[in-house]
Amino acid sequence: MTAQPDVQIKPLTLNFGPQHPAAHGVLRLVLEMDGEVIERVDPHIGLLHRGTEKLIEYKTYLQAIPYFDRLDYVSPMNQEHAFALAVEKLLGIEPPKRGQYIRVLFCELTRIANHLLNIATFAIDVGAMTPILWAFEEREKVMEFYERVCGARLHAAYFRPGGVHQDLPAGLVEDIGAFCARFPKHIDDLEGLLTENRIFRQRTVDIGVVSPEQAMDWGFSGPMLRGSGIAWDLRRAQPYDVYEELDFQIPVGKDGDCFARYLVRIEEMRQSLKIIEQCLDKMPDGPVMIENTKVSPPRRAEMKRSMEALIHHFKLYTEGYHVPAGETYTAVEAPKGEFAVFLVSDGSNKPYRCKIRAPGFVHLSSMDELCRGHMLADSVAILGTMDIVFGEVDR
Amino acid sequence: MAMLDRTARSVLLGELLSGMALTLRYMFRPKVTLNYPYEKGALSPRFRGEHALRRYPNGEERCIACKLCEAICPALAITIEAEPRADGSRRTTRYDIDMTKCIYCGYCQEACPVDAIVEGPNFEFAAETREELFYNKDKLMANGDRWEQEIAQNIALDAPYR
Repeated sequence: MTAQPDVQIKPLTLNFGPQHPAAHGVLRLVLEMDGEVIERVDPHIGLLHRGTEKLIEYKTYLQAIPYFDRLDYVSPMNQEHAFALAVEKLLGIEPPKRGQYIRVLFCELTRIANHLLNIATFAIDVGAMTPILWAFEEREKVMEFYERVCGARLHAAYFRPGGVHQDLPAGLVEDIGAFCARFPKHIDDLEGLLTENRIFRQRTVDIGVVSPEQAMDWGFSGPMLRGSGIAWDLRRAQPYDVYEELDFQIPVGKDGDCFARYLVRIEEMRQSLKIIEQCLDKMPDGPVMIENTKVSPPRRAEMKRSMEALIHHFKLYTEGYHVPAGETYTAVEAPKGEFAVFLVSDGSNKPYRCKIRAPGFVHLSSMDELCRGHMLADSVAILGTMDIVFGEVDR
Repeated sequence: MAMLDRTARSVLLGELLSGMALTLRYMFRPKVTLNYPYEKGALSPRFRGEHALRRYPNGEERCIACKLCEAICPALAITIEAEPRADGSRRTTRYDIDMTKCIYCGYCQEACPVDAIVEGPNFEFAAETREELFYNKDKLMANGDRWEQEIAQNIALDAPYR
């Protein structure tokens, strides 16, 4: 018998997506496989690129708001919040307290909706069917609050520079309170299915481990960073709106694996509930939008009565307002991480440049390092835990 | 002792059985789904659905062709042409909305000084061809006539907040 010569087998190249249900949108991964072990991952992005940043340069500040809903369409209001804060900073205005409380209230509702979707889809990616059915029912309730306050279930266009568009309708505060009272039970049920479950643990524990140093080096933020044990949260580190006045904890994970990040998200939902309850308690009466007719449109009744108000109305809805020249980097703690807007104004009524910092893009760029040496099926778990939404990655 | 407890739970499939018991309990709860074409969820007065052009109670069309909606529309979905009518009043000769471009942000109804263009409560206007979604003035006025009662009620309910 002659000895077999050493044959170098070329790694199998596997295409994953862009139409794969576990790819969370239009992600295409080109995987180099050694058997079932991943040797290299090459994410191909850009299939949902819509040129948002460039489009915003040709829209007035008010017209730019709906574009932010469509970035991360799972947590629309947080993105609007970043843009509204950036414009307010350049204008040098501060919204009234009630407006700030409403914004924080809806940011936290959005966080719950986002984490519900993430945990549920993550669970279905690793093989648990039931949580998605339960979580989407709860998410639907949050969507109903959205619909009642702004008229759309997803694309809200509700936060505006200077406050929010309209006050909360009668009865909404009570209904959100009732939701808060019921919701902890639903989190418990969700946890009852997942946290102790051996199959879920086998699929998540020690998968995609990120050390604190790696998380810092790769520029992680949000639950991806906190899952690795770094207590960094912009709501605490650089409080915006009324977060300073609210009492909440920053949950931190221990091991930096997929399971730790799942636990962080579960606990963040509980903390969000705490914030929502405080907002409902502390919310003062008063206007929700800054009463400066150079920035905010006059009230409807006044517009119909007063000539000056009508002129302001026409001015604001055609030309918009001019923002003083300057630049700002304004970041908020979106459910997925640090979402920021770098806004440059040249003093005209349109942004000169609007750079959007999307947390998903940063997280996705570590896909190769995280997946190397894992099995093919683990890449889906790692992708699920990153909480990728292609609206914001591709922009 | 803790180890014994853990082993016993593991061997007896503790967490799996409790999870199954939980799903079984859910099975006997009232169902949350709606039988859609026959049952529909509630909509708030602020709901932003299909567009409509309204009339005054005397039958005169409200729109005065000020073109604020055309100016504010972020998606450039609205096209208006106008000229004075025989009686000297300014009215539109053309009012088109490309519903395939529209992003339903609601800015047109916010901008409208006479409450002429509104986003009504109708969300069931899917069509089989693109052409059917290029709305012209006739279609929008017909929508207004069809939904006027609901639209007027919604505007009245939302008036204190506007």
